[in-house]
Amino acid sequence: MLETVHFTQAAQYIGAGMAIGFGAIGAAIGEGYAAGIANESLSYRPETSGDVIRNMLVGQAIAESAAIFSLIISIILIFSEPSQQFILFAWIYISAGLSMGLSAIGSGIGAGLTAGNACHGIVRQPGNSSSIIRTMLIGSALCQDPAIFGMVVAILLLFLDFSSVPLYPGWAVMLGAGLAIGLAAIGPGIGCGLAAMEATSGVARNPVTSTNTNRIMLIGMSIAQSTAIYGFVISLLLLFTSHEESVTLTASLGLLGAGLSAGFGGIGPGIGEGATAAGAVKWISRSRENTGILTRTMLVGMAVAESTGIYALIVALLLIVVL
Amino acid sequence: MDISGADFIRGLALLGAGLAMGLGAIGPGVGEGFAAGKACEAIGRKAEEAGLLTRTMLVGQAVSESTGIYSLVVALLLLFVV
Repeated sequence: MLETVHFTQAAQYIGAGMAIGFGAIGAAIGEGYAAGIANESLSYRPETSGDVIRNMLVGQAIAESAAIFSLIISIILIFSEPSQQFILFAWIYISAGLSMGLSAIGSGIGAGLTAGNACHGIVRQPGNSSSIIRTMLIGSALCQDPAIFGMVVAILLLFLDFSSVPLYPGWAVMLGAGLAIGLAAIGPGIGCGLAAMEATSGVARNPVTSTNTNRIMLIGMSIAQSTAIYGFVISLLLLFTSHEESVTLTASLGLLGAGLSAGFGGIGPGIGEGATAAGAVKWISRSRENTGILTRTMLVGMAVAESTGIYALIVALLLIVVL
Repeated sequence: MDISGADFIRGLALLGAGLAMGLGAIGPGVGEGFAAGKACEAIGRKAEEAGLLTRTMLVGQAVSESTGIYSLVVALLLLFVV
């Protein structure tokens, strides 16, 4: 006969599997890309191998951090004591795994893309390597933000006391909170990587404009992260507003729908705005005199790309607050 | 958990609204951002054509936005009409 503790313990193991399973995808792709570009570049100039391999390893280590966050959450899930009484905790454990695992995908890919282009830049312009490495470090560190949001939500889920939350609609609240930030973090992670990879290439090509390039990269990345922040806000709203007990499916699925809307809705604008910032940064590094028009076009383009992210946020807020 | 037919339908309609808007927002975001990125590249090459290029970008993005608006309409229909 199955008891509550069997379900909660099984959910811990499923959550742990999903946390590191999803979380490993992005880091591995990113690090593989970095290694591939490093090798390809070295074939042109093998004599730069010392610098390039060192830079590749630093870049890969940053890309790895998202997977390490996932590993930590997995280990916490495996070794913590499962709840004996509350079946709701089964949903909490699964959701913590999803939130951490999914949110690590984009960050790993983004940081890896940046590391790869930095290696390429160092081979082409060994003299500029210090400014290339600086841009790479700033860019790939910022790519980790979405994974950090996901980790914060996973930790809140695991360590806050939810024992007074009713199972209905509590299960949907927990699952929705995990999916909102988990899914919404995928796009911004990749998008920030696109912006940072073009910035490192740009700094390599033309270090004179590196101040401008870095500045526009930072503006672009912060806008590309906005949808991850919407997902984070929806997760926190779900977790910290009180939900009256209601056994109706309407109450539960409405809240789950809010998480799915903010989560999936965050993917596209994040990637697209990153691609916009990448295009702007690439050409600002080549022609500083066009910085004004390029920044303006970038912001207009991003505002349009953001629109669907805002629709998704509004639908999520309607589902939580109004309905 | 006792589920009435009306509750079942309403619940799935709300879930559908979330899925419609969430999934529907992926494509326009990626596509419009790509268009804007290429517009920036083009302006970088030929800054004197910025007006034409920005106009073309906005026309293209408006078309790309349409599927996002369809999703929004369907989501609002599911939330408030059905």
